[in-house]
Amino acid sequence: MKSIYKYAVVIFYLLTVISACSKKNDAQPVSANKATLSLQFDNIVGDRNLQLQTGTYKNASGEQFSIQLLQYFISNIKVKTKDGQEFIVPQEESYFLVKESDGASQFCKVKVPEGDYQTLTFTLGVDSLRNTMDITKRTGVLDPTGGMDNGMYWGWNSGYIFFKMEGTSEQAPVDPTGVRKFRFHIGGFGGYSAPTFNNIKTVTVDLSAAGIARVRGGRESNVHFLVDVMKMFNGKTNISIAANPQVMFSNYSVNVANNFSSMFYHDHTEN
Amino acid sequence: MKKLYLLLLAFSLFIYACKKESNIQNAVSTFLGFQKPANFPQPVYKLENNKFTEAGFLLGRALFYEPRLSRDNTISCGSCHIQSSGFTQHGHDVSHGIDDRLGSRNSPPIMNLAWNKTFMWDGGIFDLDLQPISPITNPVEMDEKIENVLLKLKQMPKYVTMFNRAFGTDEITNARMMKALSQFMVLCVSANSKYDQVMRKEQGQVFTPDEQAGYTIFKERCGSCHREPLFTDGTFRNNGLAIGPNNDQGRSMATLHPEDEYKFKVPSLRNLGYTSPYMHDGRFLTLNGVLTHYAQEVQATPNLDPLMQQNGRLGIALIADDKLKLLTFLKTLDDKDFVTRKDLAEQ
Repeated sequence: MKSIYKYAVVIFYLLTVISACSKKNDAQPVSANKATLSLQFDNIVGDRNLQLQTGTYKNASGEQFSIQLLQYFISNIKVKTKDGQEFIVPQEESYFLVKESDGASQFCKVKVPEGDYQTLTFTLGVDSLRNTMDITKRTGVLDPTGGMDNGMYWGWNSGYIFFKMEGTSEQAPVDPTGVRKFRFHIGGFGGYSAPTFNNIKTVTVDLSAAGIARVRGGRESNVHFLVDVMKMFNGKTNISIAANPQVMFSNYSVNVANNFSSMFYHDHTEN
Repeated sequence: MKKLYLLLLAFSLFIYACKKESNIQNAVSTFLGFQKPANFPQPVYKLENNKFTEAGFLLGRALFYEPRLSRDNTISCGSCHIQSSGFTQHGHDVSHGIDDRLGSRNSPPIMNLAWNKTFMWDGGIFDLDLQPISPITNPVEMDEKIENVLLKLKQMPKYVTMFNRAFGTDEITNARMMKALSQFMVLCVSANSKYDQVMRKEQGQVFTPDEQAGYTIFKERCGSCHREPLFTDGTFRNNGLAIGPNNDQGRSMATLHPEDEYKFKVPSLRNLGYTSPYMHDGRFLTLNGVLTHYAQEVQATPNLDPLMQQNGRLGIALIADDKLKLLTFLKTLDDKDFVTRKDLAEQ
């Protein structure tokens, strides 16, 4: 009798655990309900966490560098279930500026229908259409205020800067302000009145290996990316700070953009 | 008798005062918005995206002449775009900005911008509503941040009121500032030169024989690039200027195409009488110098325009008499009304 009681306890315990699991994982999503999906962009450099100003890193060209500023646009987010059901986040809610200096900005939160999403697609940069839209349609992070420091817009040659990284390196030549600085301002949406290069990168990630996103009401599914900015330097073309301390609106920027499209590594998903 | 005179004088002053006031009121109620001149094509500027109102125009004008748009509150748009010089910076080869810093190009006119497909000598900007961001943030022009400009404006009750009148609420945003500036700039329409009056057959205006002869030469040898009635076709061309000391590569800076090297936007010829010096770097002080360039000094630099190398010669065939007649014709493109109109001036 005693042992039956014991078994009953164990069975009850197991049932409780299983039902708790199933509650978490198998609650049927109601696609009519929308819930929050969060994309976390956690910037790292190679094997180490990115630390603005204080961290020093070495690229494949053997150059030691520190990063003072890092920010980039994430936009046009799309999700797809295993069965191929796709949801495109309404464009107006789909522009984010991720800044290393601002922790909150590293979580891009969108509303999507409840569901289990296996594929996530986003744009690194700003689509060409938005680059040519009326100024009243460019609100929030898209307000084209230009400027050399934190601005993500080229005033002299209309268009957004998609990715901006600035820092110092002993290998960089001394700039007019007396600092050994490198500056990578990467943009280029293909041109308006004349075709030019296009550095808009679309990134599609299969979440199945590190965890699909189970989006349900009442909680937040967080897809955690590690963004390895070392990949901007080390890739198909190894970018040397000494050889190219300033990469802005130039054909060479295409090499940088081809490198940085592979920065995104899906580490895990918190459901 | 003396008293009667005084009384009459006082009374007439009173009437005059009344009249003056009613005139002002008339002017206020007759804001017409954008009016396409009869001899002009349809504008390129997307008027449907900017509702023109008198309050919007007045705000745009105030902003155009507002030195707070610059870092140290010294330079306004009007500093380098002076109305009496056809909204260019007379006497400066290249623009003269903040801290006496110099740009690398000659200030282009704020004129007939509603018909411009692109802006700046290299055409890097494609929307007038985005254009002012460039000079405001350029370190050698106004060297300011848009955010700072908005902060400064928000502190001034005058602007809070003006933005409210123009857009319905007190909000001061970059987009509103740009739209208001566009309203002012789009209304800087120059279409009242003698040429326009002749074309529109106004008040029996006709060209003199010399002007007519110059017009004929113009149509034959200049008109394909400086196309009527705007006197530019809006394209980018290399007109054979010797490469300057700063090796300005013009259009290719915006497109990065080697075939655009040394090409610059074809400027309009309207108001040339007020806009000396000439060319993208202001290298010619007189129109005579410009014509001499085309007649004798065209260089075979990369991407020289095909029209500058016809019949086995460089440049345009012009004898002294042709030049005189051309200069006579070009004077008919000066629009005195445009450079003196009070409504476009700093108040």
